[in-house]
Amino acid sequence: MPFLLLAIVAQLTYTAWPAIREFGFAFLYRSTWDPVAGVYGAAPMIFGTLFCSLLALLLAVPLAVGTAIFLTEFAPGKIRRPVATLVELLAAIPSVVYGLWGVFVLIPLLKAYAVPPLQAVLGWTPFFSGTFFGNSMLAGALILAIMVLPYIASVSREVLLAVPTAQRDAALALGATRWEAVWGAVLPFARPGITGAVALGLGRALGETMAVVMVIGNRHDMSLSLLDPGYTMAALIANEFNEAAGMQRAALFEVGLVLFAVTLAVNAAARLLVWRVARESAIGSRAV
Amino acid sequence: MPVPRRRLTSRVMTAATVAAAAFALLPLFAIFGDLVAKGASSINWDFFVKNPVPAGSTGGGVANAIVGTLIVVGLGSLIGLPIGIGAGIYLAEYGKGKLAMTVRFLADVLTGTPSVIVGIFVWTWIVRPMGHFSALSGGIALSVLTIPMVTRTTEEMVRLVPGSLREAALALGYPRWRAALTVMVRSAWPGIVTGALVAVARIAGETAPLLFTALGNLNFRTNIMQPMQTLSLQIYVYATGPFEEWHRLAWGAALVLMAIVLLFSISARLATRSRFRAR
Repeated sequence: MPFLLLAIVAQLTYTAWPAIREFGFAFLYRSTWDPVAGVYGAAPMIFGTLFCSLLALLLAVPLAVGTAIFLTEFAPGKIRRPVATLVELLAAIPSVVYGLWGVFVLIPLLKAYAVPPLQAVLGWTPFFSGTFFGNSMLAGALILAIMVLPYIASVSREVLLAVPTAQRDAALALGATRWEAVWGAVLPFARPGITGAVALGLGRALGETMAVVMVIGNRHDMSLSLLDPGYTMAALIANEFNEAAGMQRAALFEVGLVLFAVTLAVNAAARLLVWRVARESAIGSRAV
Repeated sequence: MPVPRRRLTSRVMTAATVAAAAFALLPLFAIFGDLVAKGASSINWDFFVKNPVPAGSTGGGVANAIVGTLIVVGLGSLIGLPIGIGAGIYLAEYGKGKLAMTVRFLADVLTGTPSVIVGIFVWTWIVRPMGHFSALSGGIALSVLTIPMVTRTTEEMVRLVPGSLREAALALGYPRWRAALTVMVRSAWPGIVTGALVAVARIAGETAPLLFTALGNLNFRTNIMQPMQTLSLQIYVYATGPFEEWHRLAWGAALVLMAIVLLFSISARLATRSRFRAR
């Protein structure tokens, strides 16, 4: 396993080397990606990846943590398992199916019902300006939110289950209401683990490829507007790799290297946080 | 009166978590509903036995993709499962100290590796030296995804077996390796199978690592040294293509793929359940 990891890093660096040498640090902040002119800068994709993933987390985290709290603290015993199973089922849907659903169901829905009122109310902000064509940052973030939700929810649930019952009992014995027990005694105990769960979700979101490539629009541009198309690093690789050669291929490997480094750092941090709550346990390492 | 207010807060927040759970499940029902509504109509006998027809014409099926999915996923499992299960047994039985901790940690971290990265990694090591895309390289890419997942689930399951069983075996004069394999692993076997099935369900739906390895193929192929179609690749191509007929087939293929994935997920759950009942 350590060998595999080293092999991936070494190989990505080696094959990306021509691009690294040619473009240096400018690769990370330059915003032109032009295979014809032979100029490569990954800034729009790095921005798009981070922007899209963070938006997705913003939408998914409250729902996921709320679901986890419901499942461990409030739900009647009988429905806990079935509901948890259903949430995990969401993680079993292949990402290409999410993409298909995004293209033919979610985007038409957004176009018809969600975007016009959003534009009417918030059209003056930079986040909802411009014309909406369907494939957009908004669609990508929504699909990603649905996809990472089950991961965050099920890891959070396992973390909450690992909180000692005495923690709850003590708070309830002091006269706390059930919510106060959760908020004051359970959540603080579980906080590192839940942070870890969110980081795991972030790791998934950053590297997700198929669903995003199908709905985000794939344009090498940086825009704050959620209605504009964008691009992510994973989507760029998926789209251009098979047609690329020479310097473009090296540049794509460098994009891969950046993506790998970011997800590796996020995942490592996530593991350490989850391990702090439940040492050496395999929480979250199952494929759900 | 502070007490009613606190009770009220508690009620409101409880209701909020109920709403969150309901909202979280909404997409699940929406997606399954749409899959059945739009996919079922395009599934007929031709769909399973015919190959794709040229773009623009109607009819045809995805027989090549169904067989391709089974072959590529089969290759991935054949390569990945033994390595993953072996590594998991090692970690559970002999895995103490710094090295084992590192392996455990890296397996966890590798589980989160973007699958598209695995795709370009395998492309460099297998596809480029071979000179062409192939189902075999697709299987290898899927096995790279399988190994860390299966390693961890196997380890977890072997660890759940009470240590007294191992001690009993050792006391009867079993050597360490035999105690590990015939006693510990056999007791943990249903759990290991569950982990394996979950991993297979996961790779059956993978697309990104296959783009640069198995590539896809419009014809019916069973030669693993040639490019091969899978359902996931076919859905991607058809969904992003311009033809109505393609979209129809994409929904049908998605329904079939989902059924395959669910088959594995559900049998995984059944394997665990029978294990708990046996206890």
